[in-house]
Amino acid sequence: MLKKKMLSRNSKGRFTTYGIVIAAWIIMEIFMRAGLMSSHLEGLLVPMTYYAIVAVALNLCVGILGELSLGHAGFMCVGAFSSALFSLVTDGVMPDGVRFLIALVIGVIVSAIVGFLIGIPVLRLNGDYLAIVTLAFGEIIKNIINAMYLGVDSKGVHISFESQMALNMEPEGKTLINGAMGVTGTPHDANFTIAVILLLLALVVVQNFIDSRDGRAVMSIRDNRIAAESIGIPVTKYKMLAFTISAAIAGMAGVIFSHNIATLQSTSQYFGYNVSIMILVYVVLGGIGSIRGSVIAAVILYLLPELLRGLNKYRMLIYSVVLIAVMIINWAPKAIEKRTAFFDSIRKGMKRNGTA
Amino acid sequence: MMSFLTSFVNGLSLGSIYAIIALGYTMVYGIAKMLNFAHGDFIMVGCYIIFIFSSNLGLNPVAAILIAIVLCTLLGITTERVAYRPLRNAASPLAVLITAIGVSYFLENLALLIFGADTKSFTSVVPWAGISLFGGSLQIQGITIVTILVSLLILIFLQLFVHKTREGQAMLAVSQDRGAAMLMGIDVNKTITLTFAIGSALAAVAGALLASAYPSLTPYTGAMPGIKAFVAAVLGGIGSIPGAMIGGLVLGIIEILSRTYISSQLADAIVFGILVVVLIVRPTGILGKNIQEKV
Repeated sequence: MLKKKMLSRNSKGRFTTYGIVIAAWIIMEIFMRAGLMSSHLEGLLVPMTYYAIVAVALNLCVGILGELSLGHAGFMCVGAFSSALFSLVTDGVMPDGVRFLIALVIGVIVSAIVGFLIGIPVLRLNGDYLAIVTLAFGEIIKNIINAMYLGVDSKGVHISFESQMALNMEPEGKTLINGAMGVTGTPHDANFTIAVILLLLALVVVQNFIDSRDGRAVMSIRDNRIAAESIGIPVTKYKMLAFTISAAIAGMAGVIFSHNIATLQSTSQYFGYNVSIMILVYVVLGGIGSIRGSVIAAVILYLLPELLRGLNKYRMLIYSVVLIAVMIINWAPKAIEKRTAFFDSIRKGMKRNGTA
Repeated sequence: MMSFLTSFVNGLSLGSIYAIIALGYTMVYGIAKMLNFAHGDFIMVGCYIIFIFSSNLGLNPVAAILIAIVLCTLLGITTERVAYRPLRNAASPLAVLITAIGVSYFLENLALLIFGADTKSFTSVVPWAGISLFGGSLQIQGITIVTILVSLLILIFLQLFVHKTREGQAMLAVSQDRGAAMLMGIDVNKTITLTFAIGSALAAVAGALLASAYPSLTPYTGAMPGIKAFVAAVLGGIGSIPGAMIGGLVLGIIEILSRTYISSQLADAIVFGILVVVLIVRPTGILGKNIQEKV
């Protein structure tokens, strides 16, 4: 009885989430079309959406699988670079829409493969050890791509970690990744509408996964690994499954990233551990395990420092104080106690008034 | 051969700095069971304090370091009291992690506001030029020698403190079982505060040494060494004091050697790669204890 009720509430909640996203998209589009939006804010819409997608992906890992990952920016990086390379090579060969679609598929598959390979060693670890190793892998990915030179000519693909000259290419060869200079000239295929469609896709995939038999198995592992194992749930398989899906979705966000930026560089600013941490902040403030919360928190927290721009130098300082205050008010046992007591007293007061 | 020795000694020096930071990390982690992401920023705060008193006000470097130690200790205690303690028994361990990230953002942006984003040039706190061995073919800087000695002294001091004093024993007890320690009459709050005080004081010392060896100072100076030191603490087995020392040294030496002989761009990737390899072979680090999970 209880279970039935919860499931129906779950699916209702799911459509509310889709509805919120679509409504937000319509409102933004109207504002944009009517010219009410500053070009600065317009430029924030796509980043806001891909960070929401990564937040959804990370929430699958942190909230549903219950493993703290600090390396999701690395998966974004993989998705961004693999898809950008494809788009760069096939620019002009095929129609834009088809090219972006294939780039998207490539980005997602490559980051899923990387996620799977990283998952093999990582998921053997526990807790904070796991977190620091995901951080390590994220930094390794960022670092290797940052040091890589990749070019292509008639003889094939050349890779070097020294310099562009060391690629030894024919004069008409094309340099794809120019070390720390990154990738330039990726076609600007992504826009806000595409980003929102992909966000919806991510939401559908994650929600369906959570509500599926596989998803329940994953959550049972999160709640008690030993109990789950003892009733015959293949723990490793499900952990890998959730982690790989999470990496693939983060890679999808990376595809949008690389097709929305003129120069794609593998720097800490875009793909460092601090980006992973920023996304973790979205996930925790949105509510661990709440997919809708992740989207809302990502949007609000991404826009907050930008909207505080009027306060200029003080904005990040205010942001950090707000972050600490929100965490303490939301999570401190004493604060929760006081809050419950406060609401109880209000409720009691209302009841008394109602009966009187 | 000499260039190898030079790199090795430089690695030893960098490793010693990592070790000092990692000692702070590992103690806080072992006793408060939290990742203090702001630890690296305590280093930065220490650097700026020394910078003000020593480079700007012309105070004796030793006095400046002492002031930095005192102020960083106060900062550590205050942070723990205001930001971390209310969340100690929160429903999710992620709550205090996010708060620590908030503290880290706060300190970095406060420094940005006060000192600006431009790089400050730090004057070494060790005026001694150092020694030259083998007829001048091996130069060892004064700061390198001082760094290695200081880290050894700190290691010995901490080992004695933890194993020989009542406060240290209390720390061990709290790190093993907080509830049982409380039942034995140990003041858990006081013990955790003391741990943060020691950790932050070590951060100030590490800051002085780090900024003397790598004399460019920005609000983000502490972030990457902080992360590397945490990696070192995990590498050595988190919670273990000798482990932090070994982890720090291993990491520093590997970092400098790969910078010299492989690639300066890939050095960080190699350092993190070592962590991955070690944790795959020994999931609790080099000296970490493997605690079996019981049903």
